[in-house]
Amino acid sequence: MNTLIRSTASCLRSGVAVYLPRQADGRVCSASARLLCAAAGVHKDLGEMVKKDKVVVFMKGTPAQPMCGFSNAVVQILRMHGVDDYAAYNVLEDQDLRQGVKEFSNWPTIPQVYFNGEFVGGCDILLQMHQNGDLVDELKKLGISSALLDAEKESK
Amino acid sequence: MAITADHIRDKLIKELGAVHVDVEDTSPNRCAASYKVLVVSSQFEGKQLLQRHRMVNTCLTEELKEIHAFEQKTLTPEQWEKQKSQ
Repeated sequence: MNTLIRSTASCLRSGVAVYLPRQADGRVCSASARLLCAAAGVHKDLGEMVKKDKVVVFMKGTPAQPMCGFSNAVVQILRMHGVDDYAAYNVLEDQDLRQGVKEFSNWPTIPQVYFNGEFVGGCDILLQMHQNGDLVDELKKLGISSALLDAEKESK
Repeated sequence: MAITADHIRDKLIKELGAVHVDVEDTSPNRCAASYKVLVVSSQFEGKQLLQRHRMVNTCLTEELKEIHAFEQKTLTPEQWEKQKSQ
């Protein structure tokens, strides 16, 4: 998967400035059209990546070793709910993934959380969902029973 | 463009009609320019959390390119009053 991203990304690298949406002025010359297809390739991979697993996290570092406080917060929250089986992608390993996922989600920061292929948000949003009980409900919709729910049942 | 807490605050007030904005420069705690913001605006009424955060992100699109880490809390005036009284 990484080599695929890397090879498409090498086409992107030289033309990143052309690709950025905010610079588009409507003119599409043939060179940039080719680059746009390459860019679409990276996005297509991401499109598949976020759908492959119920819970997908793009983070800095790994669940075993997060490299950033916000990414760590996401890992800890998921762990509290008993969600240990999720796809985690380390953006520090791949600069093209790091940039690509920001464009794909139209979200400026990492970490990024996806449930069932749908963008949920970053650390702030996950934390608020955890605090107001929404996270338990969302996990239930995914067919995941939160560990906190079970703990609550046991204490009653 | 020099990003300062005031610059961010002014932009949020202007573009989101915010009635209250707190901007905290959290850079000392992190490795690069980082901010934590609290935005209170009636424009957030009836909007899901993700939508609200996207509104803030859109407002600060240019600034976020330079900012390394960004935390945000978005409340409606009603939620803000409630939080203050707690």
